[in-house]
Amino acid sequence: MEAKLKSIIEKHGKDAGRLMDILHDVQCEFGHIPCDAVKIVSKILNISKVDVEQTISFYHFFSTSPVGKNTIYLNDSVVANFMGREEIAKAFEKEAGCSLGNVSKDGMFGLFNTACIGMNDQEPAALVNGIVFTQLTASKVKDIVAGLKAGKKAKELVKSFGDGANASELVKSMVNNNIKKKGQVIFSEYATGSALQKLINKTPEDIINEIKASNIKGRGGAGFPTGMKWDFCRKAQGAEKYVICNADEGEPGTFKDRVLLTEIPQRVFEGMAVAGYAIGAKQGILYLRNEYLYLNAHLEKTLEDLKKKNLLGKNILGKQGFDFDVRIQLGAGAYICGEESGLIESAEGKRGEPRNRPPFPAQKGYLNKPTVVNNVETLASVIRIIEKGSEWYKSIGTKDSSGTKVLSISGDCKNPGVYEIEWGMTIKEMLDMCVAENVQAVQVAGPSGRLINEKEFSRKIANEDLATGGSMIVIGKQRNILKDVVKNFTEFFIDESCGSCVPCRALNPVLLQKLEKVISGKATSKDIDEMTRLGKMMKELNRCGLGQTAANPVLTSIENFRNKYEELIKIKEEQSVYEFDMNGAVKESCEMVGRKA
Amino acid sequence: MAEKIKFKIDGKECSGEAGQFIIDAAAECGVFIPFLCHMKGIVPAGSCRVCTVKVNGRPMAACTTPVGNDIQNASIENATPQLEEMRKTIIELLFVEGNHFCPTCEKSGNCELQALAYRYKMMVPQFSYNFPLKKLDALTPKLFIDRNRCILCKKCIRSIKDKDNKSYFAFNKRGAKLEIHVDHEMAPSMNDELAQKAMDNCPVGAILKKEKGFEIPIGKRKFDKKPIGSDIEK
Ligand SMILES: Cc1cc2nc3c(=O)[nH]c(=O)nc-3n(C[C@H](O)[C@H](O)[C@H](O)COP(=O)(O)O)c2cc1C
Ligand code: SF4
Repeated sequence: MEAKLKSIIEKHGKDAGRLMDILHDVQCEFGHIPCDAVKIVSKILNISKVDVEQTISFYHFFSTSPVGKNTIYLNDSVVANFMGREEIAKAFEKEAGCSLGNVSKDGMFGLFNTACIGMNDQEPAALVNGIVFTQLTASKVKDIVAGLKAGKKAKELVKSFGDGANASELVKSMVNNNIKKKGQVIFSEYATGSALQKLINKTPEDIINEIKASNIKGRGGAGFPTGMKWDFCRKAQGAEKYVICNADEGEPGTFKDRVLLTEIPQRVFEGMAVAGYAIGAKQGILYLRNEYLYLNAHLEKTLEDLKKKNLLGKNILGKQGFDFDVRIQLGAGAYICGEESGLIESAEGKRGEPRNRPPFPAQKGYLNKPTVVNNVETLASVIRIIEKGSEWYKSIGTKDSSGTKVLSISGDCKNPGVYEIEWGMTIKEMLDMCVAENVQAVQVAGPSGRLINEKEFSRKIANEDLATGGSMIVIGKQRNILKDVVKNFTEFFIDESCGSCVPCRALNPVLLQKLEKVISGKATSKDIDEMTRLGKMMKELNRCGLGQTAANPVLTSIENFRNKYEELIKIKEEQSVYEFDMNGAVKESCEMVGRKA
Repeated sequence: MAEKIKFKIDGKECSGEAGQFIIDAAAECGVFIPFLCHMKGIVPAGSCRVCTVKVNGRPMAACTTPVGNDIQNASIENATPQLEEMRKTIIELLFVEGNHFCPTCEKSGNCELQALAYRYKMMVPQFSYNFPLKKLDALTPKLFIDRNRCILCKKCIRSIKDKDNKSYFAFNKRGAKLEIHVDHEMAPSMNDELAQKAMDNCPVGAILKKEKGFEIPIGKRKFDKKPIGSDIEK
């Protein structure tokens, strides 16, 4: 074991900063990360063992105990449940011979839940040994498990391939792009390298000014003006700077970055090179969520091709001193690593705990060097601005939101998928576009966004009205808002909190308890007001966007669906006794003495 | 010396040096901003959130926000009813998140959590107790780790290191499952002095030094004599 570990660690330059890569390789080699391996790794890297365990235990996909010869992660997103996940879960449990969250007795299968894997338009879906299986049915599950039992590799069990590059040699995945609407910026013709050709005759300041003039705002959700971010970073002190492309795409219900990385990765990388030129960085990192591991080889190949064309590498397009290279950093299952400073910590091999601000990443980011973090779609848009100019870009969209936006639409509609729209479309128009009927609600911008009812369907999708990173979940009239939606989202935030801030860690579970109290009919109307009061504290007290928005499912559902709460209030305040569950508390003792509670 | 930056906290004139954290600058001006995870001189954690103040209306942690030009003439809210209510809520959350039985705790009277609970006149928390099961760790020669009382302030992680700057402590897991771990490989090398420092730095009774206890009787301890913050408040 020691020799193997040594060679893995040498491969990564004996650098503790590359602990994520090291742990991935160790897990790949041994199926999990054995305790002895942790000891040896910490010794060779000269860091404490608890530090290595700190990183391992933070990530959903790392494990220090065996997770089965075949490991199955079943998506547990709201939409997966809409699409019949429960039946699939039962089928897996039956066929694999173990219950969810466990490893089968013979060690053949490990069956686990996982948060949204970015396949909401083709649910129910699961990751089997890292391979994506979509639109599962009970009989497909039977075939998959039988195949694995017969010793086949998961990849061999993929019978048909998806559209576009999903079918290409290096991907060969059953995932579908479902591109339902193409717009002028992202899904339109573009000759790779056009932006770089233009750029080499301009100064970095010219580029930043052009991006500023275009008024483009980040597509990752926060909507920060890209030109301004680049300018801060360019002006920040330091010779070494970094560009990071955020491909963590963890917000439940979003999957558009996956499609961009499948179909136009070369444009994303070109966008990174443009950013590198503008801020003066020579190194880029694409932080790829582990769920998209199946795209890794495809992305590596794209990088290689770009280097051959001299669109990456040294002296790009012959311009002396314009060097830019990209490495891919794999995540390991943590939504919080989509938050830019959590991402940076993770890329440095640590637990993905967001940093305190200031300093901002543009001042002190990766390795404490000035760093720009941009979303995949932002970078893919930037090259079009350089190619066609800011005036052209501004002519698309609304006054305050220029350009297009790629939406990930899923849930109760006929045509879920990826739509590139002009900013300014109303929700009503969007619902017609994806053919949704009997709509009760729309979850705009994912769980951290807003749950809206019919009254807001005339609002516009735009930074100045309903801002969104792209996740749009349509919720039909047949759904139970509290049980099927709000509860799942709240649990998601509890699972994904890094745990550092007291309110994020401890208050959200209290909100969940209260929500469960409402659902079980034990709450009084005072509980609803309490949830609002406490939920608002989450916004003000937490360090990062996760904690600040984690109460949004509760808050916006109370705001827009208060009747759903009130329907469940059966007890008047003065009749309510205690929150204490007497029967629950004495259950164990009753069982012990053989008395029925 | 550089010109001091001026601002107001709850109307009181204060000033600080550029780069100094608001919480320390405030203390020098006689304003106590309550906290649990702050420790002057070590990297701020910004995790307990008790020191949340409002700078020109925006909530910020006073222990991580430096005094800078943007603070010049700012008006900072500290002891407003809204902020104090939120602080009390955090304290109460910590009481139900763990298991705090003050009368039997070696740190009673020296405990900052207990002292803040008194400051906020907490009688009984507004939340229901969960009495979670927590694992204890007595496997290190010098220390006893009682996770029932740990508030995850990271002070031990940030301040207790060996001569190569390797950490004796680290977090494990995340979210509501987050807990503190001590390194069993390194712990035998910990000397008495460092063990004592670990115990002293712990704001609660989660890290205790073995083979010693109740040297100063309850009733004669730090906060038994003077309430928390009274050394700062003017
Ligand atoms: C909890 C959380 C998760 C996030 N996840 C993502 C993500 O998956 N992808 C992304 O681009 N931005 C994500 N963000 C936003 C990033 O912090 C950051 O603002 C963004 O990557 C900046 O890129 P942009 O300016 O191009 O949008 C997340 C933020 C938070 C608080
Ligand atoms: S708000 Fe939550 S996720 Fe963000 S830093 Fe604090 S504890 Fe971590």
